[in-house]
Amino acid sequence: MTFEMPDFLLALPEIWVLSMACLVLVVDLFARGRESALAFHLVQFTLLAAAWLSIETQWGVTATTFSGTYVADKFACLLKVAICLLTFLVFAYSRDYLRKRDLLSGDFFLLGLLGVLGMMIMASAHSLLTVYLGLELVELCLFAMVAYDRENRVGSEAAMKYFVLAALSSGMLLYGMSMVYGAAQSLDLAQIAAIAANGESGLLLAFGLTFILVGVAFKFGAVPFHMWIPDVYQGALTPVTVYVGTAPKIAAVALFVRLLVDGLGALHDQWQVMATIIAVGSLAVGNLFALVQTNIKRMLGYSTIAHVGFLFLGFIAGTEEGYSAALFYAITYGLMAAGAFGVVILLSRRGFEADLIEDMKGLNDRHSGFAVVMLILMFSLTGVPGTVGFYAKWLVLKAVIDVNMVWLAVVAVIFAVIGAFYYLRVVRMVYFDRRSDGEPLEASTGLRIVLAGNGLAVLVLGIFPDSLIMACKVALAG
Amino acid sequence: MIELLLFYVFAAVLLFAATMVITAKNPVHSALFLVLAFFNSAALWLMAEAEFLGIALVLVYVGAVMVLFLFVVMMLDINLAPMREGFARYLPIGALVGCVMVVEMALVVGSKDVNLIHGGPVTSAAEGVGMSNTKALGSVLYTVYAYPFEIASVVLLVAIVAAIMLTHRRRPGTKQQNIDRQVRVRKEQRLRIVTMAPEKRK
Amino acid sequence: MAEFANLVWIVAKIVALVVPLFIAVAYMTYAERRVIGWIQWRKGPNRVGIYGLLQPIADACKLLMKEVVIPQNANRFLFLLAPLFSIIPALAAWAVLPLGDGLVVADIDAGLLYVLAMTSMGVYGVIVAGWASNSKYALIGAMRAGAQVVSYEIAMGFALVGVLMAAGSLNMSEIVHAQQGPFWNWFWLPLLPLFIVYWVSGVAETNRLPFDVAEGESEIVAGFHVEYSGMAFAIFFLAEYANMILIAGLATILFLGGWYSPFHGIGYLGPIFDLVPGTLWFCLKAGFFLFGYFWFRGTFPRYRYDQIMRLGWKVLIPVTVVWLVVESVFILTGFGPWF
Repeated sequence: MTFEMPDFLLALPEIWVLSMACLVLVVDLFARGRESALAFHLVQFTLLAAAWLSIETQWGVTATTFSGTYVADKFACLLKVAICLLTFLVFAYSRDYLRKRDLLSGDFFLLGLLGVLGMMIMASAHSLLTVYLGLELVELCLFAMVAYDRENRVGSEAAMKYFVLAALSSGMLLYGMSMVYGAAQSLDLAQIAAIAANGESGLLLAFGLTFILVGVAFKFGAVPFHMWIPDVYQGALTPVTVYVGTAPKIAAVALFVRLLVDGLGALHDQWQVMATIIAVGSLAVGNLFALVQTNIKRMLGYSTIAHVGFLFLGFIAGTEEGYSAALFYAITYGLMAAGAFGVVILLSRRGFEADLIEDMKGLNDRHSGFAVVMLILMFSLTGVPGTVGFYAKWLVLKAVIDVNMVWLAVVAVIFAVIGAFYYLRVVRMVYFDRRSDGEPLEASTGLRIVLAGNGLAVLVLGIFPDSLIMACKVALAG
Repeated sequence: MIELLLFYVFAAVLLFAATMVITAKNPVHSALFLVLAFFNSAALWLMAEAEFLGIALVLVYVGAVMVLFLFVVMMLDINLAPMREGFARYLPIGALVGCVMVVEMALVVGSKDVNLIHGGPVTSAAEGVGMSNTKALGSVLYTVYAYPFEIASVVLLVAIVAAIMLTHRRRPGTKQQNIDRQVRVRKEQRLRIVTMAPEKRK
Repeated sequence: MAEFANLVWIVAKIVALVVPLFIAVAYMTYAERRVIGWIQWRKGPNRVGIYGLLQPIADACKLLMKEVVIPQNANRFLFLLAPLFSIIPALAAWAVLPLGDGLVVADIDAGLLYVLAMTSMGVYGVIVAGWASNSKYALIGAMRAGAQVVSYEIAMGFALVGVLMAAGSLNMSEIVHAQQGPFWNWFWLPLLPLFIVYWVSGVAETNRLPFDVAEGESEIVAGFHVEYSGMAFAIFFLAEYANMILIAGLATILFLGGWYSPFHGIGYLGPIFDLVPGTLWFCLKAGFFLFGYFWFRGTFPRYRYDQIMRLGWKVLIPVTVVWLVVESVFILTGFGPWF
């Protein structure tokens, strides 16, 4: 067997993150210092540098290395940059929150960083094996982070549920992968694509495809595999909820694109129907259940399900525009969700979780600036024209209409209108409801700056979405 | 001839043990039957000349994983009656799912793409590569599959970090020995020599 | 017919190995008592036969006659099975140990792995015995033994990885061949830290002093086998000593050049010492380790449980990991006569 020495430089971002994670592990052990400050700053630096490295080494390249298990292309690069930057934002939110609750330790950021590594691996995966291992890496970090606060019974329960369900779905995914492997006799996604296009082994691939789609839908949290989302979102610490709700969604897009587009893209006709059911179900369940929630984290959980439904529309279209629209949707959704949870973090303080929707009452009186941020975020999540959320929705709808599935677009719009109700209810609370104790916010300056920056980013992207849209298009054009 | 006989013996014991794992009433028995099942599958692997896989299965699962598993199961005080309560209630749905799985497996395995029975002659791993199974595995594991192999190691690292993070907490009231301090203790810290005037007996 | 003859031949080989092994075990108990007696300035058994040489046989007869008491509410089946779980792996591992050049029951490629797998299974006897006895002391002993064996197995495995790297093979005979030459050519020298780690964890693996918390007669009476008597107890005893000899034999093969004489290949000295049969060298080297066992027992007090865990996880495992890296550098640079 001939063996080519892999091109290590191509995988520099992953190698960098892993090396730094090991360094942080040791540094945090020996230099705990005050509140693991060194570990935190190292992790943040690592994330920024990883984003830069991804652009430097992988933008404009299309190459595989490590005997075809690793691929570097524009898609992977864009995803990695988005994942790293979003996680940077999430960690910036987390520190203040954890410090106030005496939960701050380097472990949290370390696990987060290793989770990012897993997502990057998924983004660059070019073999069933790497896809699966990257996924497991992320999941393992997520379980631990959800269970991070051991004293919290709700959190532990959420972690347990998440663990059991995720293990089950990983089993499904693996089962599907084994069938695909059986049909293609190869783990390499390119060879699987060739076999799938060939049209042989139809039955085996079809079964494999179904199980893979089940696994992928679970990772997204799409109906009917959404059960874990509300519990995990509500039960986990808010910083963990932000982490779970942002970057892993982008990684899930990677999972979908790598497995079902790069690998089994030829079977689009087969998975289109299943994806449509998933999308409609997610839109319905997500939006309708979000209406009746009183806990804002849970509500945002259901809203995630609804957004995943929208995201799936892009996949259903099955065109390059569709996929790039889904990618754009995931990235912008991550940004918006981070901001929304950021406001929740802003409002909570030691011994008080601002996790009820009612806690938003009178935010305008307490700080009008952050009320504006919340307004922008909620409008954006609704999809009010002029915000980035509008462009995201518009792109996926356009993609669906382009392939003559107007009815699906109509259904999506109807549910979006229903969804508007609960987002706007939050806005109403912020602006028109009074709160008895209008005490001032006690969040730190750093948190305020980050949140303001997040709001600004959403606003700016809403005004100038072109460059990101272009980037997504270029990424999927290959 | 003997090999065939051995195969059937191991296979039969394996199936029996696997059935007992799920039907045994006592969880410790279940765990021990699982050990037996592992052991027999390892034996089957050995017979297929995949000695590394077979021995690794014994080493890892029988020798380490199941020991810890037994540990936990022995410590648990499981009341069996409530565990069996829902059996009848969940039986129909369970049976349904089971049937679906069986039908699907039949479809997959029976499809013309999968040629289990009329496949080509099975060559053992050793014959195919011309070296021992362990060497053959090692030579691809560290070259072609180096990247997945490394990721797997990171997964294990995360498992360690997560497990320690979740369990290693300072609980109030636990006593710990600080060896460094113990060793560095000086005489002056423990011993005080006082000069006393001898007491006079009256 | 050829198959049948083959089978008979295999069985003959097994018998030829196991019978001397049992005799060795019997006389080890004698040797232990004599050595400990010597260390403690007393005589030890000296009444049965000349120099007390028939003592082990008398002991065996006594144990055979005794009743095997099965405690109330014990799990009868597992209670009786546990001694077998102990003895079978202890004997099975011997299959791949070459006692001389080519003198081995089964010369398999993955010999080292096989030995590791077999020794790792010995712990089941202890755990099952502890659980099936339905006794608190027994269960505590079983728990301690289980945790200890699993922990030290890691250090031991790593030490063996070092040997595997140095020899470039998992086959026991080839490992010995790789050490051909005088005593400074054997692996104990370049792998000295691993050798020590292996020795320490070997003692811990067999639950011998100073790591015998599983028995701990002063605190938990006799640990996992507190409820055993008669023949069942004897089998545990047999397994423990068979394991000790096994560890000693392994150490000889892996680190002390197996059947080679210490002066193999040195000018005139080599051929003279090569006249002594290799198996005898093997036994002498193994005997050295066995003496070490008794010496430890006569010298060291018992470790506390948390100290055992600390030693295993925080000292031995890091040492092995570091030395594996050092060894890789040795191998890459072709250091000394070893690599």
